[in-house]
Amino acid sequence: MAKITYIENNGTSHTVDVAEGLTVMEGAVQNNIPGIDADCGGGMACATCHVYVKDEWFDKINKKSEGEDDMIDQAYEPKKSSRLSCQIQVSPEIDGLEVHLPEKQI
Amino acid sequence: MIKTDALIIGAGPTGLFTAHQLKLIGLDCEIVDNLDKIGGQCIELYPDKPIYDIPAIPECTGEELTNNLLEQLKPFNIKFHLGERVDELKKDNEKWKVKTSKGTEFETPNVIIAGGVGSFEPRKFSPKECEQFENKTILYSIKDKKIFDGKTVSIFGGGDSALDWALELSKTSKVNLIHRRDEFRAAQATVDKVKELSNAGKINLITNSQLKMVSGNGKLEEIEIENDNKETKKLKTDFALGFFGLIMQLGPIANWGLNLNKKTVEVDTEKFETNQKGIYAVGDICNYPGKLKLILSGFHEGALAARACFKLARPNEKYRFEFTTSSKTIKNRLGVKSD
Repeated sequence: MAKITYIENNGTSHTVDVAEGLTVMEGAVQNNIPGIDADCGGGMACATCHVYVKDEWFDKINKKSEGEDDMIDQAYEPKKSSRLSCQIQVSPEIDGLEVHLPEKQI
Repeated sequence: MIKTDALIIGAGPTGLFTAHQLKLIGLDCEIVDNLDKIGGQCIELYPDKPIYDIPAIPECTGEELTNNLLEQLKPFNIKFHLGERVDELKKDNEKWKVKTSKGTEFETPNVIIAGGVGSFEPRKFSPKECEQFENKTILYSIKDKKIFDGKTVSIFGGGDSALDWALELSKTSKVNLIHRRDEFRAAQATVDKVKELSNAGKINLITNSQLKMVSGNGKLEEIEIENDNKETKKLKTDFALGFFGLIMQLGPIANWGLNLNKKTVEVDTEKFETNQKGIYAVGDICNYPGKLKLILSGFHEGALAARACFKLARPNEKYRFEFTTSSKTIKNRLGVKSD
């Protein structure tokens, strides 16, 4: 179990417990957190679960998957800190992770 | 006005198999899809990715699955309307009147929505100012490349579409190619060619940069791009082209008076009918307790929706359940010999 905080573009913050083995995207969808669309359901095929991860966390979470950057190219306003939340694995090591949501996904 | 027993919206795996089921039980149908090709998400999103959970097919790619479904549909003459989006759906007596973005009109008692996560639309530039130039000097697809002759064209993106067009247009136009990273996802041969032309000064290649602002009086005149170090640069340009892939949008389906749950349509599990009589939803777009977004679920849903269509298309006939192994009628429809 890890506490994950999702911060919407307007500053609204949601902190939820997400079970180990899920992804940060699944944690958002299961807890009805607005701002993560996840249209393709975690197939890394749509870039609608796009989040920004600040430096202090970026190196602690698992590395980008092969092809993830190709999808991020297609996200709304990608930045250096962009990740697809369906590719971030939840484990006790990332307890306290904060991710920031873009203004919109599409 | 095309009259048909059932109209299917969406040419993905679920739509294709639903067509097969309709034809088997003796109903005609036509299929509309906003994409210009058959296969839906399987072709657009993962043509080369292996799928492992299609019953009796241990492994196949999205493209192979689509080809197999088309092969299965071969005995039937199915009319596809590709590159058309269903825009209007209106009740007229007991029938539905349907109109597409290209003006094709249908009259049918049954409409089956097999629309996946909605229709695929190009992902657009983020600055709001781009809207005023959209479809004129800011484009997301190219219909007539002649309009670029002798002009300056700024192409954004790092995939095959962006790079292929950069190569093509560099023959007759001044091309800026702008990409967010310095790695490209296009085919390696294409990337090599672009780099060669860039070294030769024939393509102005700018990496690690994104569109920040556009300006112009009536038509696009200048774009401002920003690199990773937040440095901005202004470029004169006549056109800006964005190739950022496709997104899925529910689109006009949201206006048809259906019970929606987020981006899905609520259905019953007997007929997969929505709250509107004669409108069904099958595959990823439908929602009911326990719904699984698997291709195999779409096949089951389509088979049941097809039987429900029979009642409305043939109100005076009784539907009789038959197996393909034994039914003479079905074998005739399939064009195979009966024993």
